[in-house]
Amino acid sequence: MTWLSNSSVGRKVVMSVTGAALVLFLLFHATMNVVAIFSGDAYNAICKFLGANWYALVGTLGLGFLVVVHIIYAFILSVQNYRARGKERYAVTDRQKDVEWASKNMLVLGIIVVCFIFLHLYNFWAKMQLVELQHMAGCAVNTSLAQNGVYHIQQLFSSPVYSIVYLVWLAALWFHLTHGIWSAMHTLGWNNNIWMARWKCIAKIVATLIVLMFAAVVVCFAFGIAPICA
Amino acid sequence: MDKTINIKVKVWRQAGPKAKGAFETYELKNISTDSSFLEMLDVLNEQLISQHKEPVAFDHDCREGICGMCSLYINGHPHGPDSGVTTCQLHMRKFHDGETITVEPWRSHAFPVIKDLMVDRRAYDKIMQAGGYISVNTGGVPDANAIPIPKKAADEAMDAASCIGCGACAAACKNGSAMLFVAAKVSQFALLPQGKVEAARRVKAMLGKMDELGFGNCTNTGACAAECPKNVSLSNIARLNREFICAKLKD
Repeated sequence: MTWLSNSSVGRKVVMSVTGAALVLFLLFHATMNVVAIFSGDAYNAICKFLGANWYALVGTLGLGFLVVVHIIYAFILSVQNYRARGKERYAVTDRQKDVEWASKNMLVLGIIVVCFIFLHLYNFWAKMQLVELQHMAGCAVNTSLAQNGVYHIQQLFSSPVYSIVYLVWLAALWFHLTHGIWSAMHTLGWNNNIWMARWKCIAKIVATLIVLMFAAVVVCFAFGIAPICA
Repeated sequence: MDKTINIKVKVWRQAGPKAKGAFETYELKNISTDSSFLEMLDVLNEQLISQHKEPVAFDHDCREGICGMCSLYINGHPHGPDSGVTTCQLHMRKFHDGETITVEPWRSHAFPVIKDLMVDRRAYDKIMQAGGYISVNTGGVPDANAIPIPKKAADEAMDAASCIGCGACAAACKNGSAMLFVAAKVSQFALLPQGKVEAARRVKAMLGKMDELGFGNCTNTGACAAECPKNVSLSNIARLNREFICAKLKD
């Protein structure tokens, strides 16, 4: 399996597989979040279900592994690609039509997404699963709100600054995904002249769906119209 | 009476591979809009020679768009602002009077500058030598129709084979990747029954050579296909990926 690190296509395969798995996670995450718009109790039941249980912890570790691999490879690829461009740079560059802006800025978009992931972990994970873990480890922590996801969402998005910050994050994520999804399929070899347009369309639909689901939660809680039922 | 324009050309001058290069700007008067870009450079060189200056070195050969020798990064585009043409097929009518045209050599780690606008593109030859061929046991000439080939496969193979190996893909790529070239060359064989026999060995050898020579990793921006003078399609890269992944999984 050394080809996954010592060949250019192998390295890209790693990016594709980890990226595609993270897209599936985002779909899963976004679907769960939408529940919070409708019912606070149902959402908290999900929070309880995905608290510090063994399967949720295995999932968290798996996700962490995917994210770390995706980021490490992103930096390795970027450094190699920067070197491959040569020492002298072009004095004049122009954009080509058909070349998406996102495709040329995936590293920057990825860095924005990652910075916000840290903020997001601080906002939620550190107050929920981490608190439960600390409790299990015997630390003196208050676990009364650890499984009350709706409370944390309400707290966070009652701040307009946080709401806007999260929407900016989602915009960066949208750009990252519109290129990432079709590019992953292309790298895995699942593409041809007909599927090229289809994958690009599917990528936009999936990216938009994911971002809209997340954004809906932010907006609904920011304006205080969610949860619709208790 | 044909139309003429007065232009300035800002050309990269570099005495040798190790020398430090810099831009020089030259003024050219009464350039016919019907002339090709290379003819304009010929006029510039005649002007430089008459002034007892060193002419600009640039690659060219057939001047009809099929040899792949001409290059040049013109105003931010390989082979200039027109699409689907090589520099020799680029007309001066694509530029306007009084314009300053910036002309640079291909910039890629694997394409070092030899002199001025000339770069060493032997890296592509080395990739071809690594596996860009089919082995044929010679004997009697077989009948042309002995091996049936679907029209679609023949067409796609022909489109891939239209790659002239000029290097515009690697020059345009922000990652300095030669993937479109390698993809075209792998595809032109992989699509045909004669090439399928050695397909797995070929794709591993050619891609391995590409990586070894210091080309970058493809990130599917599509700049290569957008700038390709032969309009080689991006989907060839998907085929290269597919061929490579399948070959590695079979190992």
